[in-house]
Amino acid sequence: MKLLFEKRKTTSVTALILVPFVSFLVSLVLTALLLAIFGANPFKTFGAMAVGAFGSSHGFAETLVKAIPLMMTGLGVAIAFKLKFWNIGAEGQLTMGGVAAAGVALFMERFLPGRSLLVGALLGGLLAGALWAGVPALLKTSLKVDETLVTLMMNYIAILYSEFLYYGPWRDPKGYGFPGSRMFSADAWLPRIMGRAHIGIWIALALAIILWVVLKRTRWGFELQIIGASQKAARYQGIAVERNIALAVMLSGALCGLAGAFEVTGISHRLQQGLSIGYGYTAIIVAWMSQLNPLAVPFVAVALAALAVGGDQVQMVMGLPAAMGVVMQGLILFPMLAGSLFTEYRLSVVRPEAKAVCPDPVEE
Amino acid sequence: MDFLTSVLTITIRAGTSLTIATIGEILTERSGILNLGVEGIMLMGALSAFATVFYSHSIVLGFLVAVCIGGLLALLHAFLTTTMRANQVVSGLSITLFGTGFSSFLGQRLGPATNNFRLVGLRAERIAPLAPDWAKNIPILGAFLNQDIMTYAVYLLIPLAWFFLYKTRPGLWLRSVGEDPQTADAMGINVAKTRYFYTIIGGMLIALGGAHLSLSYTPGWSENITGGRGWIVIALVIFSMWNPARAVWGALLFGGINAVQFRLQASGTSIPANFLNMLPYVGTIVVLVLMTWWEALSKKVGAPAALGTSYMREDK
Repeated sequence: MKLLFEKRKTTSVTALILVPFVSFLVSLVLTALLLAIFGANPFKTFGAMAVGAFGSSHGFAETLVKAIPLMMTGLGVAIAFKLKFWNIGAEGQLTMGGVAAAGVALFMERFLPGRSLLVGALLGGLLAGALWAGVPALLKTSLKVDETLVTLMMNYIAILYSEFLYYGPWRDPKGYGFPGSRMFSADAWLPRIMGRAHIGIWIALALAIILWVVLKRTRWGFELQIIGASQKAARYQGIAVERNIALAVMLSGALCGLAGAFEVTGISHRLQQGLSIGYGYTAIIVAWMSQLNPLAVPFVAVALAALAVGGDQVQMVMGLPAAMGVVMQGLILFPMLAGSLFTEYRLSVVRPEAKAVCPDPVEE
Repeated sequence: MDFLTSVLTITIRAGTSLTIATIGEILTERSGILNLGVEGIMLMGALSAFATVFYSHSIVLGFLVAVCIGGLLALLHAFLTTTMRANQVVSGLSITLFGTGFSSFLGQRLGPATNNFRLVGLRAERIAPLAPDWAKNIPILGAFLNQDIMTYAVYLLIPLAWFFLYKTRPGLWLRSVGEDPQTADAMGINVAKTRYFYTIIGGMLIALGGAHLSLSYTPGWSENITGGRGWIVIALVIFSMWNPARAVWGALLFGGINAVQFRLQASGTSIPANFLNMLPYVGTIVVLVLMTWWEALSKKVGAPAALGTSYMREDK
């Protein structure tokens, strides 16, 4: 008897929905094992994590604080991944968005009176993210340079550049050596709704819906779907593949850049250390868990944000490393990747009579 | 030590971990599997090697544990991409994400209670250079003598890997699986088994590269000790056009960038440190662009044709 994967005639919707949930559960079990190995009570730890993330209005606000950048970058990554453009540069695009927004907020006060300073800062961030993503997009579409490496290398460059700014020329002279710029004027602050959570949450949710509509209901979205499925087919249809990829990737970067602008105008009110703390990488998990569906992104982002906030709580309450949350995030993708097969294939049992006759020459 | 000798010493030393990992990744990619988990596997290799040596005081055991961990992570990648036909890019990325998080977690957990369970800031045995002290100071020649045994082993590994890939039958099988799995399958080569095998071997070598970082190049454990080297390795594979014999040049180039950056910083230049630290990353992009451009001009194709695609006999 032998187990074989048989291709399904149509994609299984049940599997599509079930797989992320099951993956989440599997990662809980794996983390529980890990916790047990290190002598911590898994139930207590998960309890503390849940209470930390959702148990109080402060905890919930902090979960939202982390969910906002994850939604934005998750949406950005999802668009790029849909086109099989492996943008792993969300972190750098977010950082450059934060840098540009801070630049506007710090130095454009004279030209942008009142609330227009905030709008300018957000637009600056958006634009910077788009341009930062535009470099690998153009290299890919014009010279076919591998985008995974370029986007990733540009993360390091962006982070080093932002460090240079807040340790160097932008450093607050009255900051007692604190690595950060001076505080923005209050005109450039994004209004808050609850704790540190700001109105970026509404913008992120609106963008998720808009993107879904664009992808599913517009001609451009339809063209992107075709390019993602097969570039060859898209060319036969007369779709401008290169231009569309470049535009979509810049849109992806713009969303990540806006996430960075939200971080500096909504949370820190200055450019400082801690702008780039891995949201852009977690975004990859968010996008893949959402099966690249913009409408699923907000839910997954909140779930992963809860893991991160819960992880911080666990560190404070139980003395476990905060990296616990990151480990859990990392563990979710493995069952997810393994399970995705079941959306396209089903397992079937084959009787032994149909055994292949080829011998295996590769015996090490 | 004069300037040139010291730059050369660091260049060769920095090139070691890059070269081993690059050869590992070349073997993996030659089978058609793209493993973007290099950064994560190197980190786990570095961490496990250091933690093992710290407690057992045995460098050999440290290497063994690192190799096993690297093999296991690569096995996971092989399982996901070959058996479960997961997307190779995303599977590799998740190995890197997991390896980064888990190594950071373990680094805060595996240490002794006296150090608050942290491994950061501890010292352990390291692989020492073989040559006696006086030999290190010989101009130029000293740079070649002042290396540890791993470095010499790497320079043995390069011709061996080249010979294996181009002059032996299993090497031919490996290349054919990466070029055209369908035909390889028809020839009677077990595609899945080959891919599993070389992904695991690759992961072992990659972890060994990581172990060299924490046991020799920058002895000790610090979070993200690799600093993107895993990604540079992936660029070096492209740079070498998937040929082990060329891997060393790229590795030395990047080792050289490291060394120059290190020396300039030590000499107190007016260029801000952050811009110096960008050099390897900018260098990677530049090399990648030039290489891709040159490949397009000369109509050479280095990449295995089936790289990144899954193969299933039943799908035909």
